[in-house]
Order: sequence, then structure tokens, then C-alpha cells
Amino acid sequence: MSSGRGPDEFDLEALRSGDRAEFARLVDAHYELIYRLAIKMVSDAQDAEDILQETFIKAFRHLQGFDGRSSLSTWLYRIATNEALMFLRRRKPEQYSIDDQLETDEGEIVPVQIVDWCCLPEEELMSAEARLHLDQAVANLPPSLRVVFILRDVQRLSTREVSEVLNLSESAVKTRLSRARLRLREELTRYYGEKV
Amino acid sequence: MGHKQCKNLLGSLSEYIDGDLEAELCAEIERHLAGCEDCRVVVDSLAKTVYLYQTTSDEVSVPEGLRQRLYRCLDLDDYLEK
Repeated sequence: MSSGRGPDEFDLEALRSGDRAEFARLVDAHYELIYRLAIKMVSDAQDAEDILQETFIKAFRHLQGFDGRSSLSTWLYRIATNEALMFLRRRKPEQYSIDDQLETDEGEIVPVQIVDWCCLPEEELMSAEARLHLDQAVANLPPSLRVVFILRDVQRLSTREVSEVLNLSESAVKTRLSRARLRLREELTRYYGEKV
Repeated sequence: MGHKQCKNLLGSLSEYIDGDLEAELCAEIERHLAGCEDCRVVVDSLAKTVYLYQTTSDEVSVPEGLRQRLYRCLDLDDYLEK
């Protein structure tokens, strides 16, 4: 029987009262997005699956307190992002957290490689080998830049949505996105530059 | 990329390729790009970098059985058939 609601519309009261059918609808609508976020963040399928499971376990546990100020998607992204960052902190505690200040130690990098590789054919830019380099370049970003880049350019959230997920100002999101993109450009130039 | 103006504009290039910059700054960048080959290469490769990630991100597949394992873990097996 159709509920008459769209795939992204949920009955908040039912969710808050622990309705498992409605929770299953919520899981169904979001689990692939959350998994893709997690795998890009941690680069390991089993770890990403653990983060996915933990995200929905926590979501179910805390739905009663969901105040509806943000969308459910944003709220789930926030839980998943925190889970991924906590995981990375446990794995490499010396790396930065999202709360760290970036201004002093992660400033703008100046492009040192000026090679025009944009002319390379699409099949070379997207070869299996190139894709590994694309993934590795993201994995090399500090977590505080990686998470912004993934939410904005991989998950395609708007700047405002990313700022809500990470509880950062829109201006901070733009700054981190710029730094992440410039670092990635530098890494990709190193790789593709040799093929020009 | 050694000129002072190139370095000053660097922080705005990400917003420039997104089309999010105010008109005045956008015009300033375009005037600079008209005479600076290095910056044109940086802008083009920056835009291409974003394009490559956006294009390949849609192709990430989820592992087989992921949904089933997740539903089991969440005690939602009754809703798996959907």
C-alpha cells in the first residue's frame, strides 16, 4: 500500500516513537549515500560498513531527541561524519580533527606545477590506474579538508548544507574546500603531468 | 605562479570555478587570466580536478549484501523484502 509520501518524506512522529517500518524507510533512502561518504573518508570497505552500521544504530537511539531544525539527511550526515572522524582519530590520532584551526598549519598552498594536462583524452584521465590516484589523493588530505571536499564535491551537498553538517560557517567551508581542491590539483598535476 | 597578484587571486579560484564570486572580483580574475598563462592553466586544471571527482563519484558501488547485513544488524529483517 502506498503511503502517498515521496521517498524523502518521513513521518517524524512515527520515527520518534520508534516505528521500525518508518525507520526502515529512512535507512533505505540513505544507506547508500552514507556508505559512499564513509568509504571515501576511510578508504576501507569493512571500516566503512562499520561506520554505516554505527551511524544508524546511533540515529535510532537518538531519533526521539531529533528536533527537526535540520533535515533528517543533514542530521544523518552529521552522525556519519562524526563517526568517520572519530574512526580516523583512533587510527591516526596525530592527524587533525575537524575542530582544529587550519589557519596556521594548513594554509593555502601555492601551485608549483604548471602543466596543462586538461588536454589528455578522457579514457586516460579516468583509467583504472588514474582512479586509484584520484582516491589516493583524497586519502592524503588531512581529515578536516577531506570531509569538506567529500561532502561538497563527491556527495554534492550545497555549501550551506555542508556548513550545517559540520557546524562550520559557510565561509570556513569555502576556505577548506578551496584548500582541498588546490591540494588535489597539485597531486593530480604530479600524476597526469608525466603523461602529457 | 610567482607574481604577487597570482598568489592573491589563488584563494578565490575555487569560488570562481563554482561561479560563486561577486561580479567585480570575477571581472578582476578574468582580466588577470587574459594576460597570465600560468593562472589559466591552474584554473583549467582546478576545474578539471573537480569535474573528475564529480564524474567518478557517481560510480562508487556498494558491496553485495550490504543492505541485508545492515538490516540484520538493525534488527529490521522483517522489512527486507521491500
